[in-house]
Amino acid sequence: MLEIKNLHVKLEEEEKQILKGVDLTVEAGKVHAIMGPNGAGKSTLSYVLSGRDGYEVTDGEAVLDGTDLLDAEPEERAAAGLFLAFQYPVEIPGVGNMTFLRTAMNAQRKARGEEELSAGDFLKLVREKAKSLKIDADMLKRPVNVGFSGGEKKRNEILQMAMLEPKMCILDETDSGLDVDAMKLVAEGVNALRDEGRGFLVITHYQRLLDHIKPDVVHIMADGRIVKTGGPELALEVENNGYADILAEVNA
Amino acid sequence: MALPEQKQTATEARLSALSLPEGGCLMAARRAALSRVQTMGLPTRRDEYWKYTRPDTLVDAAVPTAEVFVSDEAPMFDEFDRLKIVFVDGVFDADASDDLTLEGVSVERLVELAAKDIHWATDLYGVLEARGQTPVERPLAALNSAFATDGVAIHVTGKPSKPISFIYKHLDANSDAILHHVVRVDAGAEATILENGPAAARFNHVMEIDIADTGTLHHVRAQGRDHERRAATHVFARLGTESVYKSFTLTVNGVLTRNDQVIEITGDDAVAHVAGACVGDGDFHHDDTVFITHDALNGESRQVFKKVLRNGATGVFQGKILVKEGAQKTDGYQISQSLLLDDDSQFLAKPELEIYADDVACSHGSTSGAIDEEALFYLRSRGVPVGEATDLLTLSFLAEAVEEIEDDAIADAIVNRLEGWMARRR
Ligand SMILES: Nc1ncnc2c1ncn2[C@@H]1O[C@H](COP(=O)(O)OP(=O)(O)OP(=O)(O)O)[C@@H](O)[C@H]1O
Ligand SMILES: [Mg+2]
Repeated sequence: MLEIKNLHVKLEEEEKQILKGVDLTVEAGKVHAIMGPNGAGKSTLSYVLSGRDGYEVTDGEAVLDGTDLLDAEPEERAAAGLFLAFQYPVEIPGVGNMTFLRTAMNAQRKARGEEELSAGDFLKLVREKAKSLKIDADMLKRPVNVGFSGGEKKRNEILQMAMLEPKMCILDETDSGLDVDAMKLVAEGVNALRDEGRGFLVITHYQRLLDHIKPDVVHIMADGRIVKTGGPELALEVENNGYADILAEVNA
Repeated sequence: MALPEQKQTATEARLSALSLPEGGCLMAARRAALSRVQTMGLPTRRDEYWKYTRPDTLVDAAVPTAEVFVSDEAPMFDEFDRLKIVFVDGVFDADASDDLTLEGVSVERLVELAAKDIHWATDLYGVLEARGQTPVERPLAALNSAFATDGVAIHVTGKPSKPISFIYKHLDANSDAILHHVVRVDAGAEATILENGPAAARFNHVMEIDIADTGTLHHVRAQGRDHERRAATHVFARLGTESVYKSFTLTVNGVLTRNDQVIEITGDDAVAHVAGACVGDGDFHHDDTVFITHDALNGESRQVFKKVLRNGATGVFQGKILVKEGAQKTDGYQISQSLLLDDDSQFLAKPELEIYADDVACSHGSTSGAIDEEALFYLRSRGVPVGEATDLLTLSFLAEAVEEIEDDAIADAIVNRLEGWMARRR
């Protein structure tokens, strides 16, 4: 479903290579996890896939179900089914959370040639999804992420994901900043969306999230590359021993 | 003291092109205003409050032509039930206007009033304007008091069931309209005044507003979409004890707009909010000059002005809060912000605080910025196209000003116009 080949990315403004040949394929119905030390390039990968400015792709490709992601505008990537839960969700003062959600949903529907959702249907849907994530009415009314706690912001990302029902979901450290109960809620939110047609790429530092969202494949990313790929046991190994052994083995 | 030669010449040229209307009971006020203009002289670029806005086209004897603009949009406030008072190029249009009777308010044309002797109106006409000449001179307003050819006197005695709505049409490419309204709101009375339309190729407008103790006035203006028109407007408001004045002005396009608002809080516990949102591009030039004086206890004032500028447009804000000695517990807030949609546009701001009381809370802030790229990307990553996302962020920038409008339906109508402007430019 998502195929990344030999992806090389540098910063636009300076001569700094960040991704140095990433190869990664996420099949429909699967959950892939990426772990790796700080600064490895995990967030950069997620930003480049979703089309953020400031990066230059110097080589390689990324295709989502036949759509060449790297040539598309960010909104076209979203309409093609890509979703990124941000490591640092953005605050937008003056734009209500509901307006934001509704604008996004209808924009995507329009791009796909579908009817806009009626106000009533939208409201029903958002209430139902918000409830299961324990997001209260007040949070829905407030401006997007403004004054939200770290954990509330992350839950808000998952709410957006649940509403938009994307094909390919990338979660960048959605677990960081969550308390134990919130982590469970988020994991349940993700698990509820798991199905044959949908792929997940979960970036995390901790095994704990992967206890709740069982990955099919675990990748280790270091210095701009995927250096090792394995099953769920790889995450346990990282949890117990850190990255030193793995990196030593790769560099040997 | 003699005026500088250039000023003297320009003032004489303008005055010689005008003649004092037959004034009846307003004649004394008109003559006094004329002598104020002669003493002050009309504004030039050298004057302190005309540094950022060229006054010449507002002063010249000749009117710069403004082609009449034809819009496919329904006129502003069209859908509202209101008492319509229509002026075409500065001339009252009785046929297009409603019968000027409405419970809780009396509305009379100045020409009718001049023939009678209506105390409250003669006590007001030119009076607040004259008070508003210090400490900053506003000669275009004095010119207006002297030469205004039309206008109405509104006396709010109760709570009229619908807004009093001025509609200013522009049908003559060379019209030069001078209109003067006086408004008196009695104790406990409350009304809404709406104004919309371009008015004329050049419009000189004064509204003097006297709000008695516990009176309330809501004032919403929408300055027309004609791009070539020019306007110099003045509002002079005096607020009594526990009175409320809330104004909002929307300006969409216009090659030159100068809006002066001069508010004097004379009674304790009074509230004055003045807000404005403007959007324009190219040779759009928009100037808000606001002067709020606190001369009583426990007053609250807010100035909230937002400007969206593109393709080299210019926005000006000159705002002052003056807290006089003894005006303790004053709460004064002022914010002026511009959203610059490109590098060519500019925002010139002169925020001022002058405080002679020690127990007050006053703040002011002024910022200029571009669209927040992070927020834009966030929206786009959720599938919102870049144009729509930009518009949404632009509206959110304007929200604080629009929120100053208390009536939701009116606020929605304003937002609608703003959306229309943005959609046409996408
Ligand atoms: N805009 C930028 N300007 C400068 N350096 C950048 C920029 N974006 C990324 N980098 C650098 O690229 C490297 C990879 O950063 P990235 O955020 O992708 O790491 P990460 O794997 O997500 O780390 P973490 O686990 O700490 O979130 C880091 O060294 C970072 O400093
Ligand atoms: Mg990261």
